Amino acid sequence: MRISCPHCGERDHREFEYLGSAKLLERPDGGDRAAFHDYVFQRKNPTGENAELWQHVMGCSAWLHVVRNITTHEITAVKLARDVKAAAR
Amino acid sequence: MNRFPTGGLIDRDISIPFTFDGQTYTAHPGDTLASALLANGVRLMGRSFKYHRPRGVLTAGSEEPNALMEIGIGADCTPNTRATTQEVYNGMVAQSQNRFPTLKADILAVNDLLSPFLGAGFYYKTFMWPKKFWEAIYEPIIRRAAGLGRLSGQADTADYDKAWAYCDVLIIGGGPAGLMAALTAAKGGAKIILADEDFIIGGRLNSEQTEVDGKHSQRWAAEVATQLAEMPNVRVMTRTTVTGAYDGGTYGAVERVGDHIADAHGAPRQIFWRIVAKHTILAAGATERPIAFPNNDRPGIMLASAVRTYAHRYGVAAGQRVAVFTNNDDGWRTARDLMALGVTVTGLIDARTDVAPDVDCPVFTGAAVVGTGGRLGIERLSVRTSDGSIQQINADCLAVSGGWNPSLHLTGHMGGKPTWREDIAAFVPSPDSIPNLVTVGAANGTFSTLGALKEGMAAAKAALKNLRLKQVRPKVPAADDAQGAVTAFWHVPDVKGRSWLDFQNDVTVKDIAVAHRENFRSVEHMKRYTTLGMATDQGKMSNMGALAVMSALTGQSIPETGTTIFRPPYTPVQMGALGAGAAGKGFAPERLTTSHDWATSRGASMIEVGLWHRASWFPREGETYWRQSCDREVKMVREAVGVCDVSTLGKIDIQGPDAGVFLDRVYTNVFSTLKVGKVRYGLMLREDGMVLDDGTTACIGQNHYVMTTTTGATGPVMSHLEFCAQCLWPELDVTMISVTEQWAQIAVAGPKSRELLAGLIDDISNESFPFMGCGAVSISGVNGRLFRISYSGELAYEIAVPARYGESLMDELVKRAEALGGGVYGMEALNVLRIEKGFLTHAEMDGRVTAADMGMSGMMSTKKDFIGKVSSQRDGLNDPMREQLVGIKPTGAVRQILGGSIMVNVDADPIRENMQGHVTSVCYSPTLDGMIGLAFVKGGHARIGQTIRAVDLLRNVDTLCEIVSPQFHDPEGEKLRG
Repeated sequence: MRISCPHCGERDHREFEYLGSAKLLERPDGGDRAAFHDYVFQRKNPTGENAELWQHVMGCSAWLHVVRNITTHEITAVKLARDVKAAAR
Repeated sequence: MNRFPTGGLIDRDISIPFTFDGQTYTAHPGDTLASALLANGVRLMGRSFKYHRPRGVLTAGSEEPNALMEIGIGADCTPNTRATTQEVYNGMVAQSQNRFPTLKADILAVNDLLSPFLGAGFYYKTFMWPKKFWEAIYEPIIRRAAGLGRLSGQADTADYDKAWAYCDVLIIGGGPAGLMAALTAAKGGAKIILADEDFIIGGRLNSEQTEVDGKHSQRWAAEVATQLAEMPNVRVMTRTTVTGAYDGGTYGAVERVGDHIADAHGAPRQIFWRIVAKHTILAAGATERPIAFPNNDRPGIMLASAVRTYAHRYGVAAGQRVAVFTNNDDGWRTARDLMALGVTVTGLIDARTDVAPDVDCPVFTGAAVVGTGGRLGIERLSVRTSDGSIQQINADCLAVSGGWNPSLHLTGHMGGKPTWREDIAAFVPSPDSIPNLVTVGAANGTFSTLGALKEGMAAAKAALKNLRLKQVRPKVPAADDAQGAVTAFWHVPDVKGRSWLDFQNDVTVKDIAVAHRENFRSVEHMKRYTTLGMATDQGKMSNMGALAVMSALTGQSIPETGTTIFRPPYTPVQMGALGAGAAGKGFAPERLTTSHDWATSRGASMIEVGLWHRASWFPREGETYWRQSCDREVKMVREAVGVCDVSTLGKIDIQGPDAGVFLDRVYTNVFSTLKVGKVRYGLMLREDGMVLDDGTTACIGQNHYVMTTTTGATGPVMSHLEFCAQCLWPELDVTMISVTEQWAQIAVAGPKSRELLAGLIDDISNESFPFMGCGAVSISGVNGRLFRISYSGELAYEIAVPARYGESLMDELVKRAEALGGGVYGMEALNVLRIEKGFLTHAEMDGRVTAADMGMSGMMSTKKDFIGKVSSQRDGLNDPMREQLVGIKPTGAVRQILGGSIMVNVDADPIRENMQGHVTSVCYSPTLDGMIGLAFVKGGHARIGQTIRAVDLLRNVDTLCEIVSPQFHDPEGEKLRG
């Protein structure tokens, strides 16, 4: 699997570390326990395309928002997580 | 000798000696072990896996199931090496396998007589009673009887390497299709890699008597190979097997660099390549398949294509009197070629009825071979003619051709399913099975030479177009255009005796029938029940035949019956190649502190902490046991002064206008109020409310902080902070970088630590550096940082200097400590000191504990949000009966406590249901003169003073303990503030 880091270009997947669903970007504001339960523990189990967070740990340290097809490993989009989060605001 | 007087791609001027089973033979450069043995008249090359049947070479390629050898001696011995691919080198030692005492007289051939009891799935049905005999008797005997080569039992001394390569077009296979593709793509300017598993480029062009571009196909292949090798944009990799296709255009490949030479002169034996290609052209060719008939496994029975390869490429006659059994036109070519070389062809048996072979030898159409005879090799065969009569034919070699299977294996590596083509009675790859891979030539079911050349060129042109490179129009050379007709014919029906499908694993047509009868009819079940296709050739020889037999039994078509899934690797890969660079010291990087050499020169015993190597203790004269050194070092710190390199703690430099706010959000306690020149202890949670790490953070300037983390948690904490900054709060103006390696940090601890530093640092007074103070200092002219923090509970400091001064500072501090009756201490003493003080490490913070469990709920700020705050309010995490941190010390006769012991109440059985907690850290405390421990006990905070047991059932230690506060030493903290 190859991931195109917006900073460093296309690199082998072993330069990156996987965290999990990009849902982790959506940390709830305030102290609602149900909202945090959903944020911390509840995940969809999709087939096909899934938005994920990867970090370029052996490169620029950037956290990346990666859209990857779980069945084929085809990667259709890579953005800086910072930009995705900022755009959602 | 079976060598023809001329011909072949061998150097007849040079003779190379080698031994096989102790006997010396000679070969020529260009020979494989198989061709050399055949040239020397050796037909018997191995024994089968289960029945120990005598076996000879079946093929001339990597698909070989029979002729597997042990090559080399001692630690260099490689078992299960295919004689068909192993080049002979000077002095090579080869041995046959799976036989005792000799290949010719193998005692376990008795298994063949027992075969009625050893058929498919025998181990599910027989050897069942008495039950305990299976493990004790049956299995060891069966395991010894079955099997292939032996491992040397010694560590492999050879070097392996790994490498990466990138190209525009990867071409797999250097036959006519691959060569034409390479030539076209190379002329268009593409950066290409041409990989071929063989040691001479050319594929079948080297094995046939045919012409390309008006010259012998061998010569054409050699000329193209030379032309390619001279082009700067081409990398020709021979002896390189592409073993797997992966996503992202990545391919695994093994290059055998030193397997074919006696002395590689320091070159690695093999290189495992990862090749990343924009486009891939699969031109892997095809493998011929056998036909199943009774006793079709005798030495001398070979694939017709192999017989031609040995004749044309190696100049070797596989036999003097050869018969041919075929279902396709290729069989005729074999007969013609051999007769042209002067070999007697004693019969051409064609299973088809509607053909008229134009071959000048006895011809039987509509006929079939129904049996063979001969001791340790074929001498005769029985032919059932079209009228049903049986005829005996003499032959010392039987060339069999059952048609061709495209080598489509790589196209299945990402889950692609092949397509059945009735006209060639074979599966071909489905398009787009692998992204950006195109299959051409025989691998695509195009068996004519001209067709292969055309397809190779077309695929290369398409690749050039996609790459937006120069379009070229090379001329397709003239070549044979015969595709060859074939009628499906898999096994001879209505016969007595066993007809082999899988030669290596001893699976017969009858075994497939047994699997069918017992309802193991799906291909995947049939495979596992009979072990068909599970040998080292992974079914290259056997899968199609077995599928056909099963499809006939079930009445389904072959495509309906399905195929098993091909997975990497294409051919077996040695563990040494896969693990290249990762053995021994290569397994993990070593991180060394700047005082590493200094410490080892002082005799320090080193211990690994994560990737770091740290000094464990420093033995002094007369000390023979670690505890002596450790106890002394602890006392030294408590009574005088100790020096310890703590550079391995993670150091993260955090800066920016919002750095304080950021720290407030990642720590449970408040940091934005921390003044310049102050240090604060902080606790960090995960978002689920569990403790992630602890450590101190110093404010060393306006909006400038230095965070320390636990040695082992540095990476995860850094990643977590980056996540928080980039993914959660990108609006915060804060940046961070790890400076762990840039700063050496040394702890000076003990009542005399201030006295020690007084000579080094101008103003070390309690006013300038109070407890939890920090600031810039100059040490002998070097700008450093001083932190008044303590992990021992004593008056203590940590001094940080740029890493290049670490060793000299260590040396200087230890000299001064020794003058004050102190000295250096290591990890063991550091651990005792922190346990005595009740300070925590990741033995306690194991990912399952909350701040409240550790007695730190007071550190959870109520005034702000922080990571883990909401989740830590969950009801379950606030249950008063959760396991909570306490100290324990022995109160009974047993004075020992072992780490990892479970806690149970005094009268309870030590079983899981009664478990009250567990011990996380223990040590002998010289300060308290006894063992002490830290433990998690259910409701522990309310049980101080109660008695409990620490039980280790493995080491049989059962200790009565008192539950106490975890702060054993100076609980009021007067010493560290002094």
